[in-house]
Amino acid sequence: MGVKGVKVKFKELETAIGRFKGLEISIGRVVEEIPEEPIGPTPFPSIAELRDWDLKLLRRYRPFYMPFCDLCCLCTFGKCDLTQGKRGACGLDMAAQQSRIVLLACCIGAATHIGHARHLVEHLIEKYGRETPINIGEDAVEIDMPVTTLVTGVKPKTLGDLEMVLDYCEEQLTHLLSCCHTGMEGNNLDFESKVFHAGMIDQIGMEIADAAQISAYGFPRADPEAPFTEIGWGVVDTSKPVILVIGHNVPPAVEIVNYLIDHQLYGQVEVAGICCTAHDITRYNAGAKIIGPISWQLRFVRSGIPDVIVVDEQCIRTNLIMEAMKIGAPFIAASEKCCHGLPDRTHDDPDAIVEDLVSGKAPGALILDPDKVGEVAVRVAMEIAPKRRKSGILPSREEVVEWAKRCRRCLECRRACPNDLPIPEALERAAKGDLSALEALYEDCIGCVRCESACPQGIPIHSLIASAARERMASERFKIRVGRGAVQDVEIRRVGGPIVLGEIPGVVALVGCANYPRGGIEVAEIAEEFARRNYIVVATGCAAMSMAMVKDEEGQTIYEKYPGVFDAGGVLNIGSCVSNPHIAGAAIKIARIFAKRNLRANYEEIADYILNRVGAVGVAWGAMSQKAASIASGFWRLGVPVIVGPHGLKYRRMLLGRREREEDWYVYDARTGERVYVGPAPEHLFYAAETKEEAMVMIAKLVMRPSDTTKGRAIKLTHWIDLHKRFYGCLPDDLHLYVRRKADIPITMRDEIMKFLEEKGWQERPIPDPTLLKRLIRG
Amino acid sequence: MMRGESWQTAEIPGPKKAHLITDPRIVASLIKRSSRPILVVGGEADEAVVNYAIELSKAVGMPIATTPSTLKAFTERGFKEAHPFSAVEIGERLRDPDWEGLDGSGQYDLALFMGFKYYVSWLILSGLKHFAKRGEGYLTTISLDPYYQPHATWSLPNLTRERWEENINGLLQHLRR
Repeated sequence: MGVKGVKVKFKELETAIGRFKGLEISIGRVVEEIPEEPIGPTPFPSIAELRDWDLKLLRRYRPFYMPFCDLCCLCTFGKCDLTQGKRGACGLDMAAQQSRIVLLACCIGAATHIGHARHLVEHLIEKYGRETPINIGEDAVEIDMPVTTLVTGVKPKTLGDLEMVLDYCEEQLTHLLSCCHTGMEGNNLDFESKVFHAGMIDQIGMEIADAAQISAYGFPRADPEAPFTEIGWGVVDTSKPVILVIGHNVPPAVEIVNYLIDHQLYGQVEVAGICCTAHDITRYNAGAKIIGPISWQLRFVRSGIPDVIVVDEQCIRTNLIMEAMKIGAPFIAASEKCCHGLPDRTHDDPDAIVEDLVSGKAPGALILDPDKVGEVAVRVAMEIAPKRRKSGILPSREEVVEWAKRCRRCLECRRACPNDLPIPEALERAAKGDLSALEALYEDCIGCVRCESACPQGIPIHSLIASAARERMASERFKIRVGRGAVQDVEIRRVGGPIVLGEIPGVVALVGCANYPRGGIEVAEIAEEFARRNYIVVATGCAAMSMAMVKDEEGQTIYEKYPGVFDAGGVLNIGSCVSNPHIAGAAIKIARIFAKRNLRANYEEIADYILNRVGAVGVAWGAMSQKAASIASGFWRLGVPVIVGPHGLKYRRMLLGRREREEDWYVYDARTGERVYVGPAPEHLFYAAETKEEAMVMIAKLVMRPSDTTKGRAIKLTHWIDLHKRFYGCLPDDLHLYVRRKADIPITMRDEIMKFLEEKGWQERPIPDPTLLKRLIRG
Repeated sequence: MMRGESWQTAEIPGPKKAHLITDPRIVASLIKRSSRPILVVGGEADEAVVNYAIELSKAVGMPIATTPSTLKAFTERGFKEAHPFSAVEIGERLRDPDWEGLDGSGQYDLALFMGFKYYVSWLILSGLKHFAKRGEGYLTTISLDPYYQPHATWSLPNLTRERWEENINGLLQHLRR
């Protein structure tokens, strides 16, 4: 029994010194014995326990820092100028400072998910009971929480069991955050190791949140046939009262649906969501609808369609209450993390709250009771909708022209726009009555509205763009499968072999936010390209939504065209942000189910397995948030490379391999113990692509793994070379590094490639049983 | 707008900002004084940028490292001295004092950038400003895009397309003298 301590809970305890209720004694923690599998070497690892593994990765994938600022201003010694080798008053140099900021970002991201999980678990325990079983896949999933089991060694069985794991996450997070204090960690690689730890802990937090809500709310349980729902601006029936839910923590939205059902009002009120709450409310009830990713917030609110806006937490536009007031829609804040300056009405009579919101006496309310949110939101929506008549603030066509005439061509809007959109030129044409250029900005606009803040004339530029695209927005109606949750064990059994052998060319995970360089259509194009090529495409969060918002010539979305199974050519909506660990979990389960590796507290071995054998790549094309940073870092430590779009450079450091540095690409052959050159596979761990074409070629490259069979490598090379030729017009100049044997060469390209290889002086080399861990050598 | 102001208003770097190129002769002089210059071309390069890049390369025998998605534009023009490296890959290599260069002859002492999204070269140039050591000093970088890039050593100011073309044409003239 792996024991790290003792934790005892008593509902009621009578002793000689008195009678105690709800007593909890914690002396470390107990690692439960699971008969079929021994505990591994690193249960509940501390912040430095996996450091050796991290440093192995960081020796190969070295950080390239791109500081966002020359200064450090985190303590009163500063500001300190860290330019070109200078050190701050605390002794830190720029490399350490950058990695420290990355750690800070990842701690924020991890804290957000872990805090979300804590609130969710507490709420669900209160509502459904501590003994509610964890059940994310009925009989189709034996390993419910692979990340948690891999890291900690425990297999939680009930909601109550999750609390102990959350205790661990919170403890680790506190230690990690403390390392960012002045006068703590001083070495950039040690900061980076802690970044990896934050990402790993974050994966547990997310896994807990999703396991809890799937188990308690009955979301689809690893269901390849999860139902379809609708997505897009045009899916809302505007003749009905509309409740808009925004955020990530779904209980308030669930209680809105429950109230409608319990009061026979279901179908009379539209419940529509933006961001991950939208994903999760449709997992609860497929009759709910999704408006779109976070960039849809302001354009939809300004349309006036929502009658009530309910926000929970994360990625909410923080001045949304001001926007709600402009359209006369009451605003309900449902999380103590985001109070928005509103009075706490949690304990008030619902009648009084409804009266105040409907009459306009109060613009909004903070209600920290999801049940009460459900009642108030529905009643307010039904009472206020006939009065509001969907009055929005999007200008008419004539008003757009008049606003555009006020433009003085100062260019401040364009200089404020993250995507450098040609707003002044569009306004110039609009002033002459031609709104087509404004409309054309709609696709590329990420809805940040910095243009409006910058405009000295006070032109509501975002509203002008939305108004010019009004018809296009109204026609947005698409189909999306609701989030299916985990991957089934039986699916892993079916594809584990083909993935590890390379015959399914790879798993492409499209995740993250909507800070796209050229609109969400690029995500859909990437997904389509790889689904068509028989990769497995999985998606979460805003990316999963953006993929759905494109139709082919026959009017079908990608989710309608491709099956939802975890198999070659499948396209899976896994779910919301907190569903990401199901993707990591699939890779982990391949090691367990296909290769019979032990999972429990065996992180390093499984990460080594995934790095060397599982051809998975994450793509966060619109990554924006600190959460996206921590999600990515959880994948890095697990050996899964991540590609971001160009805005991802603003995370200020990449983890890049150097293909020509031969010494970096040796592994042990686990059969013989020999050190064997395997080529730069995968070449990078964290990479930003400038264009979608570059991303696609890099995806095809990064799925190659040292363990690929010759047949598998030939398939992967076929796709990589094909994409390279299509987009770049030539063979890859480093192709010889990825061909190990003649049998690796795709038959249809044999002559051309052999000629290339001869010019490079290529020679055949062995294919080992690869590992970076000396202790795994068997021979 | 001949001022050293970041094109994206909020992209303020810190105490060390690029010298403003007020005359293309400055760039011509820097290139002529360099023993190993390199031109780096990004994924936003349009036809004109690719054509200018080729002319600049030919004028002084300067190699080009280009984002792979722009490579095709060079090869279609029969230009073979463009080597494919993504923005982050070439950035990381230019940072490393020990990199052997495109031809195996060692690092470069001058890197010119053009054809990038503003924020992409802003960040790559920041990485080079802070970390690309060359002996006692640092790699000299020049931004030739029509926007002021504060992290470069030298940068053109924010320019209209017409004024930018005048500057690049002027540079070519001085290089050919």
